[in-house]
Amino acid sequence: MTDAAIETADLAKRYGRLTALAGLTMSIPRGDIFGFLGPNGAGKTTAVKLLLGLARATSGEASLLGAPLSDAAAHREARRKVGYLPELFRYQGWLTAREVLGVHAELIGLPKHEWDGETARVAAVAGIAERAGDRVATFSKGMQQRLGLAAALLGRPELVMLDEPTSALDPVGRHDVREIIRGLKADGHTVFLNSHLLAEVEQVCDRVAIVDKGRVLASGTFAELLAGDTVRLRLTGCEGADLSEFGTADREGEWLTVRGISTERIPDLVAELIRLGARVQSVQPMQESLEDRFLSLLREQ
Amino acid sequence: MSATLVIARLMLREVLRRRLILALLALTLVAVALTAWGFSRIPSLSQRGVPIPETQVRLIASQLLILVMFMFSNVLALSAVFVASPALSGDLESGVALAMLSRPITRAQYVVGKWLGLAVLVVAYASIAATLEMLAVNAVLGYMPPRPAEFLGFLIAEGLVLLTFGLVLSTRLSGMVGGVIALILFGMAWLGGIVGGIGAAFDNEIIERVGTATKLILPTDGLWRGAVYALEPAAVLAAAAGSGPAFAANPFYAAAPPPLAYLVWCALWLAAMLGLAIWSFSRREI
Repeated sequence: MTDAAIETADLAKRYGRLTALAGLTMSIPRGDIFGFLGPNGAGKTTAVKLLLGLARATSGEASLLGAPLSDAAAHREARRKVGYLPELFRYQGWLTAREVLGVHAELIGLPKHEWDGETARVAAVAGIAERAGDRVATFSKGMQQRLGLAAALLGRPELVMLDEPTSALDPVGRHDVREIIRGLKADGHTVFLNSHLLAEVEQVCDRVAIVDKGRVLASGTFAELLAGDTVRLRLTGCEGADLSEFGTADREGEWLTVRGISTERIPDLVAELIRLGARVQSVQPMQESLEDRFLSLLREQ
Repeated sequence: MSATLVIARLMLREVLRRRLILALLALTLVAVALTAWGFSRIPSLSQRGVPIPETQVRLIASQLLILVMFMFSNVLALSAVFVASPALSGDLESGVALAMLSRPITRAQYVVGKWLGLAVLVVAYASIAATLEMLAVNAVLGYMPPRPAEFLGFLIAEGLVLLTFGLVLSTRLSGMVGGVIALILFGMAWLGGIVGGIGAAFDNEIIERVGTATKLILPTDGLWRGAVYALEPAAVLAAAAGSGPAFAANPFYAAAPPPLAYLVWCALWLAAMLGLAIWSFSRREI
């Protein structure tokens, strides 16, 4: 295993006949903001639980900050440097937010003299400083999620794993979370962001993997993933022309769609069509969005 | 080790915050006060206008004390089951376990931490309730059972047995299901002890073995008999010995202390159950 923040090789999880994760292979470099994108039930949370040792992989191997899952002691030690915000959770309602953070500070082995300062810092970052002395039972779902975020940031972990961090938050909260993630990136942390919110991922992530039904459908940087644009032309004539050198052509009546063409080659395409005898009436270049790509990947399955 | 203590302290803090200790202690104080008043009335009993003699006062006090302590042992047993049964399953259901177990902590530390916290509770409650009751009886009647420390040891052991059993169930079953199962088995073990006593009284080996088996499977009644024996003055033992073997079926009587081998069995049982809880929880997917 290399020194990647997260590395998996054919990691799989099956519950009886149900396959939650089918052979996940990926490598996330340190310092990256990585978006793990997929519809509900795609296996995103399962992947996180396997990586954190909360569930056992059926097959395959993975490492967290260089510590393989199979080495329990090393993996446990690595978890000291990992902050995790679970998707569905509640903290002990009978504790105050400050006490919850205190318990976690103790569990990760933070020196005692740093507890107060560090819990106050993360409470401020997550926006719960004013309510830090209140019992968690009185918190709204959104406040609980902010508390979970604060706990995940405790001790400045090298790797922060956020499982649907904004699911209970209002637009202001979502904006705050994006700012926090950008701050983490600026400080050199690695962030693993599980989400089904495309806009969220698009705004903060360097790289993404699109998963569904336990499989990675595509992964890479946005430039790699959204390779090439699409152009739509309205024309007559020139049916059945071979345009494969430009991209994937799709003709529907007067409309010709060419996917995967780079913007600078559009004039060449038009010239070629005219050379082949087409009468071109309009040319509409289109940028493929992450949403288009996401939906087309899910449909292709 | 330190992670274990964090969990133990958290467990204790939960019990304190939820005011369980407060409720238990308040009701215990009421019970001690009421029973002390009752004990103080014993010397005023009379037979045909003649006040009962001092020896009889002490005899009645010893038997009543066993009954009162039976109540406290039941409160302890129920409390141990109520707090242990949801101790792990509750954390799994709420998602607290996700946040806690992703930290650098082993499953064994988590289970042992919970056990330690609850064990402190059992020891504290048993010690406070039993000591207060014995001191109160001593204050109003000048009567002290023959072996109070031994009694306390058995009472605590009985509480620990149920607490550990509840924790084992909590690794796989919801708090409500685990609690109900533990309580039913606790009741069956008590009945098993009586059945075994009846077998002994009528020299029926098969029925006697039922009693022995239940004492081994869930050693609560076996330990309770040890506690009873520690509360019995010599005069009670002598009187009971003269009244024939049928007395052995009486759940508030013990003719002899549990043999050393049985105590060793109980210690092994506790260790094995704690081991089982750790094993079961370690294999559990969160």
